[in-house]
Amino acid sequence: MGIEINPTSYLAQGRTLFLLIHWIGNLSFAYIVARRLQPLLRAQRDPRFDRPLARLGNVAKFWFGQWKHPRYRLAGSLHILIFAGFLLLAMRAFTVLIVGVSPNFAMPGLTGRAGELYENATDYAATVVFLCMIFAIVRRVVFKPARYAVPERFGKAHTADAVFLLGLIGFLMAADSLFSGAKAVFLARQGLPDHLATVLSLPWLFKTALASASLSTIGALFFSAYLLHEIVFYFLLCYRPFGIQFHVETSLFNVYFAKLTKGTIKPVRWGIDDANLDHVKSFGVKSFEDFTWKHMLDFYSCADCGRCSDNCPSHAAGRPLSPRFLSLKARDYAFEHYPMFGKAGNGEALVGNLYSEDEIWSCTTCGACEAECPLLVEYIDKIVDLRRGLIDDGNVPQSLQKPLKSLESRGNPYGKMEKKRAEWTAAKDFKEACPVQVLDKKNGADTLYFVDSVTSYDARMQSIARATAKILNRAGVNFGILGSAEKDSGHEARRFGEETLFLALRDHNTEAIQKSEAARIVTADPHAYNALQHDYKDVPPVEHISQTIASALDAGAIQFKPIPANGKVFTYHDPCYLGRHNEIYDAPRHVLDAIPGLRRVEMERSRDRSFCCGGGGLMLFYEPKEDERIGVKRVRMAAEAGANVIVTACPFCLTNIEDAIKVAGLEAEMTAIDLAELAEQQLESDSPASTAEALPELERELIAGR
Amino acid sequence: MEILVCARRVPDTSENEIVLNAEGSDIERDDLVYSINEPDNYAVEEALQVVARTGGTVTVVTVGGEDDEEILRREMAMGATHGVLLTDDCFAGSDGRGIAAILKAFVQRNKFDLILTGVQAEDGGAQVGGMLAAMLDYPFASLVNAIEVMDAGKLKISREIEGGNREISEIDLPCVLSIQTGINEPRYVGMKGIRAVASVPVPTYGAAELGIEPSTVGLAGAMVKRVDYFVPAAGKGAEMLGGSREENIEKLLELVAAKGGLK
Amino acid sequence: MARIFAYIAHHDGSIDDSAAELAVAAQKVDPTASPTAIVCGFGPALDLACESARSIYKEVWRIGNAALAYPNSELIRKAVVQILPAGSTILLPHDHFGIDLAPGLAIKMNGSFVPDVVGIENAGTNALQVIRQEYGGQVSAHVGCDISKGAVITVRPGAFRATSASVNGVVADQSTAVGALSARRRYLQTVLADAGDVDITKHAVLVSVGRGIQEKDNIGIAEELAEALGAAVSCSRPVVDAKWLEKSRQVGSSGKTVKPKVYLALGISGAFQHLAGIKGNAFIIAVNKNPKAPIFQVADIGIVDDILEFIPELTSKVRELQSVAAK
Repeated sequence: MGIEINPTSYLAQGRTLFLLIHWIGNLSFAYIVARRLQPLLRAQRDPRFDRPLARLGNVAKFWFGQWKHPRYRLAGSLHILIFAGFLLLAMRAFTVLIVGVSPNFAMPGLTGRAGELYENATDYAATVVFLCMIFAIVRRVVFKPARYAVPERFGKAHTADAVFLLGLIGFLMAADSLFSGAKAVFLARQGLPDHLATVLSLPWLFKTALASASLSTIGALFFSAYLLHEIVFYFLLCYRPFGIQFHVETSLFNVYFAKLTKGTIKPVRWGIDDANLDHVKSFGVKSFEDFTWKHMLDFYSCADCGRCSDNCPSHAAGRPLSPRFLSLKARDYAFEHYPMFGKAGNGEALVGNLYSEDEIWSCTTCGACEAECPLLVEYIDKIVDLRRGLIDDGNVPQSLQKPLKSLESRGNPYGKMEKKRAEWTAAKDFKEACPVQVLDKKNGADTLYFVDSVTSYDARMQSIARATAKILNRAGVNFGILGSAEKDSGHEARRFGEETLFLALRDHNTEAIQKSEAARIVTADPHAYNALQHDYKDVPPVEHISQTIASALDAGAIQFKPIPANGKVFTYHDPCYLGRHNEIYDAPRHVLDAIPGLRRVEMERSRDRSFCCGGGGLMLFYEPKEDERIGVKRVRMAAEAGANVIVTACPFCLTNIEDAIKVAGLEAEMTAIDLAELAEQQLESDSPASTAEALPELERELIAGR
Repeated sequence: MEILVCARRVPDTSENEIVLNAEGSDIERDDLVYSINEPDNYAVEEALQVVARTGGTVTVVTVGGEDDEEILRREMAMGATHGVLLTDDCFAGSDGRGIAAILKAFVQRNKFDLILTGVQAEDGGAQVGGMLAAMLDYPFASLVNAIEVMDAGKLKISREIEGGNREISEIDLPCVLSIQTGINEPRYVGMKGIRAVASVPVPTYGAAELGIEPSTVGLAGAMVKRVDYFVPAAGKGAEMLGGSREENIEKLLELVAAKGGLK
Repeated sequence: MARIFAYIAHHDGSIDDSAAELAVAAQKVDPTASPTAIVCGFGPALDLACESARSIYKEVWRIGNAALAYPNSELIRKAVVQILPAGSTILLPHDHFGIDLAPGLAIKMNGSFVPDVVGIENAGTNALQVIRQEYGGQVSAHVGCDISKGAVITVRPGAFRATSASVNGVVADQSTAVGALSARRRYLQTVLADAGDVDITKHAVLVSVGRGIQEKDNIGIAEELAEALGAAVSCSRPVVDAKWLEKSRQVGSSGKTVKPKVYLALGISGAFQHLAGIKGNAFIIAVNKNPKAPIFQVADIGIVDDILEFIPELTSKVRELQSVAAK
């Protein structure tokens, strides 16, 4: 018998064809990628080439390590399998393609035993990927996970596209397996050693199925499987840049170039420092080309997984914003205005055409989207840039114009007088018990308590200031405040796009802080904390009060007395700017757990999965169109967790949550309290029982505009 | 279309607590935040929207001193083409007629198709626009809440009258209109814009350049003069219920029922 | 002293409430004089108006002219200027028409102009002293005004309580004293405000909210109270400007005029433009957390409290009483 035909001889007939397909496929791909790069060449600069080690670390953790994927257990596992399979199969695919043109090609290092092991591994990999594709298709079509749904205003469902792509990949796996299986049969017939078609793998199944097929059938299947594989491979390669599957190519770069600095916003223009901003005619993103190249790469890299929108509090509340579609719409815009053939780009206005104003103003900058995205797509910088553009054009909702103007004229968004900023220290019972000094030429201290606007002026939140002062006092901290020299930290002014105003506030405060000669700053306001930590330069190190209390506890400087057994179950709500943006999760919990007898439960969405309260600063003035208040949703989550007291460490969270409790009609079942208030209440004292400062029914002058 | 907007810098009533000074001669001005009179801001926005449709320029003018320049700059940051300050020592203390006379002199030295003012300032007088029109012998309309530019030197305007109804009229140019708040949504003026116009020159004109006889304006020429400020004695006013909330509610419902208000 | 006149506003033959108020104000300017009413218009409506006017004023000057069928301030100014003797003082209501007519009239008459007067002192002299308010009513001012050469004074509606005194006056027709009238502002039509779903003018009890309600979501508590009371929800201007309620719910000089039996003013500061819309001797109960709110000057009953807490408690009490009554 001994038919001395190398299976590749079957392929040899098609060598020219295959070569042609290689050429066309690769050239097309190169052309397509070049066109896709075009808008990036017109985009704003974005320096992402620094700190290569840190960037490689990110690649190792988030790209290779698929770090974020398990946050959604099922989909994450599926993806990890598929991704691992792809990586493993990469060299096999390459080999397969070359073999059609160069029959005895083998990857260097993958010959002999290593090659066999590799074959075995990739047989299983192909099988697993194939099964994953079937699973994924069924999941899409039958189970339809909610986060894939497309709201009507954004168009048709993406199911068909998804199934198409998944099907193609499955087909590719099948074709490859058929090719291998047929080859294995042939070799077996020849009596040649067959290390192909590892047991119970897909290739093995094909091999078994073809065991008694005729040689010509085998040959035909061998050839056609190869051809189909090659065609589908190149089709997929060239098709990927036309949709979400482009992330297969771009993900590595997107992760490498991801933002390394947390908590701060990109400058108006990279390369132009604050002092020279006067020369920049137009601020912010108004047309597509105003985005930086990395932002455009983000749009290409979005995989339409929906995890961002699934965690977005605005989206959950029914506001117009959906981060996922922020990316997809921009991507589609790029595809439309930078086509494969024809003229590129037209610089048309984004807001009003692609995005609505409400979409852009709805964002609370909570960062849940960025925390969730497996591809490290950035959102906050884009929203801020879009807002900068709106502010530059004067296109601002009336409800926001007033507080912005007040920030400019009075240094606080409520329009209250500067000289009343320290009025909270003058409260009758408080003043004698805990005098607070204003730092000036005569009075110095090594700690500055930065109070910020809401805590200074809002009658309800002033009790946080008093509680904080009492705690600092008890802990033996020598501190003072800036008093009327303090202006709003400007944290929200910046995030709402009023960069110039922010810079003015920042410069004023920086000078005041430096003049006070304080060596460290303490604040009870996470927004102020974030600003001082990340947005401000040249100021002393800053600490949040929860950290101060935790240290004081550990040092034995303060003790807590037990909480009475009154059926109160506490839960801690992680404020976005303390938790997610600054990763301070444990200090507040440590403080709560140090209170004897305090029963604490954890909400399902906690730590970096915490659900925003609705937003702080200027967000309190914005009037959104929504189905249900963000804060109300959060209050219900607390109730679901079995709590009847929500503890939070941010005055804005407290405002939103207390409001939400009222709006939801849950006053009888739920209360809220600030961490500092609670801690102060529970301070062990040797003097006669200090009655905790009952939360008084004080006037709420927050937005009365008086 | 060449549009002139007459504006005024006033203490911002929503951001200030207005109290009398110790002598009772004026309000306490030390800590006040000033801004452009709100209806005037709506007028400037309206002017900007009109010239966006028709072409032309918007000039904002104010009668005052150095401090008042800031509102001119703010409106220029908003988009106004020119800002003009009319200033002279002899203008001080002018009553409404005096201000109108000063503005009239400026108008007559220029050519404007349309003159806008805000309907009233914080003194609630609502007088300058109407007076200016009469002095210039231009047609006038107050409380305007919509403007439509027609052909051949005419406007179609809407006035706010009682019950939320609107009176629609046609008016010949040149004319004077006083603008009611809510006519549009004024655009935001950011700090960047204000910085950008910080050093743009603002022409100033005094009595001599305007050909105004000092005795006809200012305190000297005023027919109406404020004597003092005061806070009126409480007077009878309401009967204040001082009990606990529960007690107040009970009493309230008693009275409502007595008046036939409870079904 | 010179003659005093009062401009009478009228609509469809009935004269405005201001007519009687102006008579009172005119008496304060010159207690010895008898003010003359000026009524402009055309046709039967004008006659009816003059009839009503003469029960308040001893002398009524009737100016009938086809061009004045609709009160166009430009035309009326021309007419009035022609018939007023030099140096006269004329009073007008400080409303949308007075604002339109008065300033220009003062210029054409070469007289003084004092707008929005709430009090008059120094009666019977040419050195008139009036009281005005400034800064949204936060302060008052005494203003001196020389009326010797003529004056135009606009009077705040409701500032002077009309008396029920009645006279039997005479109507003098002055129509022929007025020449041809043409205007560079021509009336086209009146567009009525949207009816809205609820007509607040038809309700005996109104639950009215102002800026103190703080946000749109809180309107619900007012609606619940209104429902419990069988009342309607109305509001002041800032609530409409913020788009928390439609314009049809606005009470005030630029909104609707209401004459309920009971008016609950909740979180309303009491700006006069709002109060101008409440007529007919309503029983006004004001709740506001600012004890210095101007509304307490005008209300019958005042309660200093936070409406966001007060209203829900009031609602439950009302419901309690009703369920008791139902038994």
